[in-house]
Amino acid sequence: MTRIVVVSAGLSVPSSTKLLADMLGEATTRAVQARGAEIEVEHIELRGLAHELTDNLLTGFAKPALQTAIDHVRRADGVIAVTPVFSASYSGLFKTFFDVLEQGVLDAKPVLIAATAGTARHSLVLEHALRPLFAYLHAVVVPTGVFAATDDFAGGPELPKRVDRAAAELAALLAVGGGTPTPAPHRTLVEDEFANPTSFETLLKRASEGPPEF
Amino acid sequence: MGMQFGIFTVGDVTMDPTTGKTPTEHERIKATVEIAKHAEEVGLDVFATGEHHNPPFIASNPTATLAYIGAQTENIILSTATTLITTTDPVLIAEDYAKIQHLTDGRVDLMMGRGNTGPVYPWFGKDIRQGINLAIENYALLRRLWSEDVVDWSGRFRTPLQGYTSTPRPLDGVAPFVWHGSIRSPEIAEQAAYYGDGFFHNHIFWPASHTKQMVQLYRQRFEHYGHGTADQAIVGLGGQFFMRPNSQDAINEFRPYFDNAPVYGHGPSLEDFSEATPLTVGSPQQVIERTLSFREYVGDYQRQLFLLDHAGLPLKTVLEQLDLYGEILPTLRAEFEKLRKPGVPDAPTHASLVEKAGGAKDSTVYAEADSATGSSDRDIHDPEVAKVLEGEL
Repeated sequence: MTRIVVVSAGLSVPSSTKLLADMLGEATTRAVQARGAEIEVEHIELRGLAHELTDNLLTGFAKPALQTAIDHVRRADGVIAVTPVFSASYSGLFKTFFDVLEQGVLDAKPVLIAATAGTARHSLVLEHALRPLFAYLHAVVVPTGVFAATDDFAGGPELPKRVDRAAAELAALLAVGGGTPTPAPHRTLVEDEFANPTSFETLLKRASEGPPEF
Repeated sequence: MGMQFGIFTVGDVTMDPTTGKTPTEHERIKATVEIAKHAEEVGLDVFATGEHHNPPFIASNPTATLAYIGAQTENIILSTATTLITTTDPVLIAEDYAKIQHLTDGRVDLMMGRGNTGPVYPWFGKDIRQGINLAIENYALLRRLWSEDVVDWSGRFRTPLQGYTSTPRPLDGVAPFVWHGSIRSPEIAEQAAYYGDGFFHNHIFWPASHTKQMVQLYRQRFEHYGHGTADQAIVGLGGQFFMRPNSQDAINEFRPYFDNAPVYGHGPSLEDFSEATPLTVGSPQQVIERTLSFREYVGDYQRQLFLLDHAGLPLKTVLEQLDLYGEILPTLRAEFEKLRKPGVPDAPTHASLVEKAGGAKDSTVYAEADSATGSSDRDIHDPEVAKVLEGEL
């Protein structure tokens, strides 16, 4: 079972960001199933978590609903991340979610980036804002990002084509259909350490490794 | 004594949001001493102070504070919450706390912590990214300094030691008991378990799930390292309450302090935070019930400390909180005692450690009179002194 989490940061109802997120989720489902694999898609809408995200910034811990969302991302095989463009970049709400994720959660995880805006003039936001963010987080960013301006929702083949291409690339990166995907290496998370604690002998040896620092 | 009850302070100098008045450092330092003395008066077992090296705190130099309080109290155990094992030279920690042990006849133990204030590390020549490694190497050295009379040592984070004897030697030949505090670093639970030391979870400002996970790991690993069963591991918890006989009065009075508190202020509501963390604001009965519920997720434990004096609460209010704490103390003791499973060890004290070690012994390292004392870097070049040093005179 391939698990995909779609994170979207749209604010209005209905939201074109959520619309694009749904399109990407459905296209990815088709692409994964076409490879003969099963898929489970979980949607996380950040609007409902806005209070908990701000609280997390101030208190340093997540309340239950946000923790559940974070756990979904941690356990996901791939992530689809969709934001509206605010002031020439991802929205603050979108960034906050990725700010509160523990370092290492996205290591080696395929991430499909997408954004919506009023006009096509913002289309490079994917390249100058989202791609560097996920590169820093050590995610594997799908080569095709999907940008949709309001006009794109008027119909026409361009947006669905791009959505399908991005979804197919994501499915390829998930390594489904071609045998068992091998778990990608990632930094040790706190949960890993709880599950499988490093023995103290190792910690002690590791502590003093390296050149003197005095 | 089955379980110990006490208070811990971080020594913050914070404006009282209801009056706009901020205490001076002098007032806050003196207030801390008042609070510690009153803690003893109401029957508490432990007073612990944190350590900070930056404003708005007055918690630098915890050893002077503890020794000063020790001189004015009779029974209360003096402890730390926490001692910065990362940025403090373990050679100084060994000396300082052994000295307080002697001065207070064994009424001292300490809790190791790493400290999370980034700039403090470079101020003391360290790097916060090495926090865990510093905690591990420094503590390994500290233990040796207390347990071995003469230490040869070299490591990564401080200059080597050759033939070094830490003085004074621990009182009665028994080092102070050590707790290790950490909120969410499994490595520290592992460290505490490895040595068979105590583990303390600060248990304030954080959800109980963090506490449960850390204590569980510590207990499992304590057993793994052969110090006893998981139930016999030594666990301490923090906590935070604000009490008034009438619970609505407590909420109304505490809310402005909560809303403006340095750590969590301007964030979640008092109600949300009380639900998400062990903070209890209400009647004495509510505090008793909440406190008794802690053992449901950590098991029977040995030490409970509460944070009472922060966020700008005036001294008078803190002393009233201590009075109320004193009033519920007999109930807390009796109820915890009733619930405690057989075989759970008592909280460690100097007396219990001495007994475990097979009795007190004089650990003084008697040395020859030192003919080099008094020499300075200049004296060494003085031909007369040089002759003394070389044994010619």
